[in-house]
Amino acid sequence: MASATATEAAVDRAAVFEFLLSMGDNALILGHRLSEWCGHAPALEEDIALANTALDLIGQTQLWLGLAGEIEGKGRSADDLAHHRDALEFRNLLLTERPNGDYGKTVMRQFLFDAWHYLCLTALRDSSETRIAAIAEKASKEASYHLERSRDLVIRLGDGTAESHTRMQAALDDLWPYTGEMFMNEASDAELAAAGVAPQPASLKNGWDALVAEALAEATLKKPVDGYMHKGGKRGVHTEHLGYVLAELQFLQRAYPGATW
Amino acid sequence: MYAQMVKTDAPRVKSLDEMDPQERAFQERIDAGQKIEPKEWMPEGYRKTLIRQISQHAHSEIVGQLPEGNWITRAPTLERKAILLAKVQDEAGHGLYLYCAAETLGISRDEMYEQLHSGKAKYSSIFNYPTLSWADIGAIGWLVDGAAIMNQVPLQRCSYGPYSRAMIRICKEESFHQRQGFDILMKMVKGTSAQKALAQDALNRWWWPSLMMFGPSDDASVHSAQSMAWKIKQNSNDELRQKFVDQTVPQAEYLGLTIPDADLRWNEAKGGYDFGEPDWNEFFEVIAGNGPCNAERLGARRQAWEDGAWFRDALTAHAEKAARRAQPVAAE
Repeated sequence: MASATATEAAVDRAAVFEFLLSMGDNALILGHRLSEWCGHAPALEEDIALANTALDLIGQTQLWLGLAGEIEGKGRSADDLAHHRDALEFRNLLLTERPNGDYGKTVMRQFLFDAWHYLCLTALRDSSETRIAAIAEKASKEASYHLERSRDLVIRLGDGTAESHTRMQAALDDLWPYTGEMFMNEASDAELAAAGVAPQPASLKNGWDALVAEALAEATLKKPVDGYMHKGGKRGVHTEHLGYVLAELQFLQRAYPGATW
Repeated sequence: MYAQMVKTDAPRVKSLDEMDPQERAFQERIDAGQKIEPKEWMPEGYRKTLIRQISQHAHSEIVGQLPEGNWITRAPTLERKAILLAKVQDEAGHGLYLYCAAETLGISRDEMYEQLHSGKAKYSSIFNYPTLSWADIGAIGWLVDGAAIMNQVPLQRCSYGPYSRAMIRICKEESFHQRQGFDILMKMVKGTSAQKALAQDALNRWWWPSLMMFGPSDDASVHSAQSMAWKIKQNSNDELRQKFVDQTVPQAEYLGLTIPDADLRWNEAKGGYDFGEPDWNEFFEVIAGNGPCNAERLGARRQAWEDGAWFRDALTAHAEKAARRAQPVAAE
């Protein structure tokens, strides 16, 4: 029987807080990247779909960071966490902060993330922490739609023209070294998994590999060999890009301290 | 809204007696308040005028994503960000809707884009002004969407069925947009003195361009007279502008903001406000391409189109491949 108080009992609050930050920060930073496309996408339908996806992700950010603030118990709201932490306190995957590049790279980044996000959220629907399960229930429906869309685009662009194929393969090769981080277990992950709060990251790897391999084959794209994988996002060691994202994202809150909007 | 100075090709409005029987029957249907549907006969001028107006309207929705999109990544709270994303998404949706309505008149979306990118088709002058602070997002919702609603409400009764039906749906969303803009400013004027100053600055910069959205006085315009005879247009530009001012002044007072017009005063006799004349030289300069952001806005749209060519080509190529693959199976 799932218990709403799992976090108050056996599990370290700090570990749950960090986990919630990672879920919220992934959604926030990727939502930010997608928002950068507004009005610049290659087709009107894409502009609409990107805004829609970004909107889902920002909505999820509110839920994850809201719960993070609650669990932390220091009175910080979702907005405080989004706008008043510096890069080293962010827990998003490096993949989500990669620059947009051409539209092919944005689509590929989305697909690689969506496949993981969908599997992760599906597993979280069974979390022993009922508030996490409730957020995952809602978010997994959205992620399932995101995945359907990005997977379909990867296939159509991979198996489109010679140029689109080349662009998609280049995007895949470029982003692949940022996918390993999704499945790396941190010290606290074992504890969260033991308490049934969240799955071990590594446990999602087989499902993700199968999902991605199947789509890439249909897209006539060559799945890169797993080599060196970049890491650090989950521990707050980011790429140079995150600082600029935050400078933009946090501008008003930083420029007008204490103002309400 | 967003349709300004739409030409009709008419040298003057014909009377019923001057029309041939087909055209006369068409005009009588319009006079009787009937809707014209895509497959029905219509005068070439009616068709062309609608294409100009609807495409200009659609282009405005699309270009309008840019000034607002400029602040999505910098929205001050997660909630404001989500609302702005939803609003901009609505506008792109309006564009899609309107392009579809125009397509029923025998022009493709690609042709309309081509006309936008070449400068042949226009979009509303208002989107050539920059969004310099977060308060501008409030001002756009409040004033620009407010002015758009003035124009769009009568368009719900437009004689062309698809345009009229599109406007009914669009108007519902626009009133939500206007409220969100007003709400942004409401919060700011109740905030710090710096926030209130931003709100006043936004009103100072957006007030006159908003009044220009209705276009210059068109009482003597043959194009407006023809559009009115066809029930594409229902009110004169001055009527709508007056209505907008009368509605907006009390809202500015409620916000505690000052409208930047020394000539603004209540006229008891006419039951409306007297107000100053917008700088029409500025308006014509903006229409001619010399506004603060014309080059950037059109440049961004052209760039998006050119950079996206490979993407669109790929989707077409894939669809053709998929159709070829499906063929032998179907033949079995």
